[in-house]
Amino acid sequence: MINFEIDGKPVSVPKNGTVMDGANQLGIYIPHFCYHKKLSIAANCRMCLVQVEKAPKPLPACATPAMEGMKVFTHSGQAVTAQKGVMEFLLINHPLDCPICDQGGECQLQDLAVGYGASASRYTEAKRVVVNKNLGPLISTDMTRCIHCTRCVRFGQEIGGIMELGMAGRGEHAEILAFVGKTVDSELSGNVIDLCPVGALVSKPFRYSARTWELSRRKSISPHCGLGSNLIVQIKQNRVMRVLPRENEEINECWLSDKDRFSYEGLNSEERLTRPMIKQGGVWQECDWQTALEFVANGLKDVKEKHGAESIGALGSAHSTLEELHLLQKLVRGLGSANVDHRVRQSDFRADSQMQGAPWLGMPVAEILQLRSLLVIGSTLRKDHPLLAHRIRQAVKHGAQLNVINPIDDDLLTKVRNRAIVAPDKIVSTLAEVLKAVVELKGVEIPDDTKNALSTVSASDTARAMAASLNDNKPAAIFIGNLAQHHPRYADICKLAQHIAQISDARFGVLGEAANSVGAYIAGAVPFDNRFGNRNADTAQGRHGGPGANASQMLGMDDPASGTGCKAYVLLNLEPELDSYNPRHAVKALAAADLVVMMSAYKSRAAIEGGHADVLLPIAPFTETSGTFISTEGRVQSFNGVVAPLGETRPAWKVLRVLGNILQLDGFDYETSEQVRADVLPAGNDVSAWLNNSLGSLAVSPIEAGKENKGSEGLQRIGEVPIYQADLIVRRSEPLQRTRDAAAPLAWMPGSLMAQLGLQSEEVIRLKQGEGEVQLPVAQDDSLPANCIRVASAHPSTAALGGMFDQITVEKS
Amino acid sequence: MLSAESLKKIDYELTKYPADQKQSAVMSALAIAQDEKGWLTTETMDFVAEYLDMPSIAVYEVATFYNMYNLQPIGKYKITVCTNLPCALSGANEAVTRFRERLGIGFNETTADGRFTLKEGECMGACGDAPVLLVNNKRMCSFMSNDRIDQLLEDLSK
Repeated sequence: MINFEIDGKPVSVPKNGTVMDGANQLGIYIPHFCYHKKLSIAANCRMCLVQVEKAPKPLPACATPAMEGMKVFTHSGQAVTAQKGVMEFLLINHPLDCPICDQGGECQLQDLAVGYGASASRYTEAKRVVVNKNLGPLISTDMTRCIHCTRCVRFGQEIGGIMELGMAGRGEHAEILAFVGKTVDSELSGNVIDLCPVGALVSKPFRYSARTWELSRRKSISPHCGLGSNLIVQIKQNRVMRVLPRENEEINECWLSDKDRFSYEGLNSEERLTRPMIKQGGVWQECDWQTALEFVANGLKDVKEKHGAESIGALGSAHSTLEELHLLQKLVRGLGSANVDHRVRQSDFRADSQMQGAPWLGMPVAEILQLRSLLVIGSTLRKDHPLLAHRIRQAVKHGAQLNVINPIDDDLLTKVRNRAIVAPDKIVSTLAEVLKAVVELKGVEIPDDTKNALSTVSASDTARAMAASLNDNKPAAIFIGNLAQHHPRYADICKLAQHIAQISDARFGVLGEAANSVGAYIAGAVPFDNRFGNRNADTAQGRHGGPGANASQMLGMDDPASGTGCKAYVLLNLEPELDSYNPRHAVKALAAADLVVMMSAYKSRAAIEGGHADVLLPIAPFTETSGTFISTEGRVQSFNGVVAPLGETRPAWKVLRVLGNILQLDGFDYETSEQVRADVLPAGNDVSAWLNNSLGSLAVSPIEAGKENKGSEGLQRIGEVPIYQADLIVRRSEPLQRTRDAAAPLAWMPGSLMAQLGLQSEEVIRLKQGEGEVQLPVAQDDSLPANCIRVASAHPSTAALGGMFDQITVEKS
Repeated sequence: MLSAESLKKIDYELTKYPADQKQSAVMSALAIAQDEKGWLTTETMDFVAEYLDMPSIAVYEVATFYNMYNLQPIGKYKITVCTNLPCALSGANEAVTRFRERLGIGFNETTADGRFTLKEGECMGACGDAPVLLVNNKRMCSFMSNDRIDQLLEDLSK
């Protein structure tokens, strides 16, 4: 530790600490623009000049290392003169357009100009004007205001992982810009808006829509990815105007992904459902709540009488709150059915009977930085978990080795030590190889439940390298991504990965797909029994006496002919044609039902026009209801509604409660959402007892059998969920839909396959899965494994297709 | 994009730096590319970026920072006259006037026949030889009186 003095107060900072660090510790404010605690030190704004005893000139506090016995004066005559001088230079070219500038009121330059600026300028020459740049649909520029602090440039290099902005020219000709003709396309790009200390980079969707001092700030939690980012939602006249990060060092630090930041535009979408609607005689009609709820209750009663309680099913998205999902499962279980699930994109449920708890990250998010080796299996990491990907990038920067087993080779913007890019049906065998390599490395017995599967496997060099990386570098972790969770052999992937983790002494985690992926299990929105402390679960049995039907059975995704579909569905926050593993089968199953109740914040076009819904109940999105999300690391975070519900929209927990009352079910007498939460979490916010990734004694099925596609005879589809199609709100965020990440899906395939099929780039082809067919242009991506076609799912243009990882055929059109 | 010969030169530059520090060679790579192409197009900078495994914007930063890199097409001979104080005191302004008269162009302009481009330069570190100028970034000419300017233009026009 180095002891020194600032403004006469003693302070000590660690070795390599700076004067700025000491000042922050003491709570002494030193004016600055380019310094940011999360970015490297540039010392180019010069605003933080301070006086240091025995130094002939003022020194920048951010870049001056603390020295033993140093005496620093931050507000002495010399320091203030220097700061005022710098401010005069900064203001020379800065326009006086604060009255129309979006940054006005929260502008560091404006604030500091009050303290350090002169009341009039001595500068009489011409000011410079800088042309504005087009940086895409999210960031608006006013480059004349730029003071060249380079925070945005350093953010790209150091946090975003991709340098998209740079400072061209020098001196008076310096300007911040993207390379000729390029825009800023990083999934974290919106953070430069927060970083910009002036109004040069401002939010495009928010532009000119409110003044910052008119906005009230309310706390909230992001409803998108499993991280559970903390938000500040800013409101004006009962409308969400803007979303900003709420700093939480353990979760999102001071960052937000663009998905969290700009999805709010979807809340104000014209597609919002504001009144209940019932379809009668094929015509949709608006009605009041009483009519709608009685219709639903009578419908459910009818189906129960005619077909039995077990023909009622409920599906809720894991983007719904803990309270909503709890009441949803309580409702169906109260009616006597155990058919309730939230895993609509999952296709392999073999592990259900062996699950010991809710699958979770297996470690706190903040500890990712300490990892020295990682294996990520089947993940569009940057797109599904933008900020977890950032944590992993930071870990790699600190020396961690990143290993990847994936069907796609998207740039992770960081060094990958070992990578195995294999077809979806080779993921299991690749993992088996790694397990074999670990077993050999440690000289232990092959675990019993995988003996069968491992008998034919021999480890490749890559597998050995991965095994060694996990074994030799501690702490290590293995993460299962979204692609693997949707994979037809998810149970095997999970089990093999767990063995690898166990033997190599690594942690094991499942990257939560949605904001409440963990919470959905704990709320009981799964068709099996009382393992998660859910006391209602065992009151109902499934049709076969055992657990209820899972999402795949309910939606007839295993086999539409099996007739496992339900006669009545209650859908919460779901658009089945986009949100299920096999949308074609799902829509078919819904169309065959007597009653489909959609609880949604939106008038889903497919539901209205496609005719698979009978009732639409307008429920509140996360900004209009109180609720709780349990993040992928098991953190329970409750939030309040930040605005009043739009129109006649009601919070879903209230709707479900009233529905429970009308149906005269027991235990629906909740007054507040807190009471519902207390019911789910009687012991408070510690859910660690229910978090468990173990799969008991599940045996891994033989490597070349099971539901795996035979690679030689068919082409495999790789159907990832695009970043801005993952849930109902982002789908309707217009600015996000204009980004490059939201571009319409293409049929990506390797050049070898294109040559084999005689296809040219951009040629429109017919893609078929079963009876489903779509037409898409071909695009070449040589990093894809042979015989694979990457066609995004969850997009209207591919919704007619079948399973996300099933066989697909190609025809010229 | 670049000729095999240029790539060989860039590869030689790369040997001067550690293998994971390829971007250290960006200035020489850009100079070599410019020698071959005459000026740096967006595509050339993109190519250099890819070749050195660095973001294109970072190449652009370097190319715009140093004024010896030409980001616009130029004539066959780029004449850069120093107009800083020591040169100005020793007749740089007269030299510039002579060029303007002889070539009929001003700063940052190119003659109609595409032979000469005139540029204003900063101190070249040879104030004792003032006024000085550079031909195509590499050849320095000293004591540029009107006679010597006429001689230079005659030589270059051949």
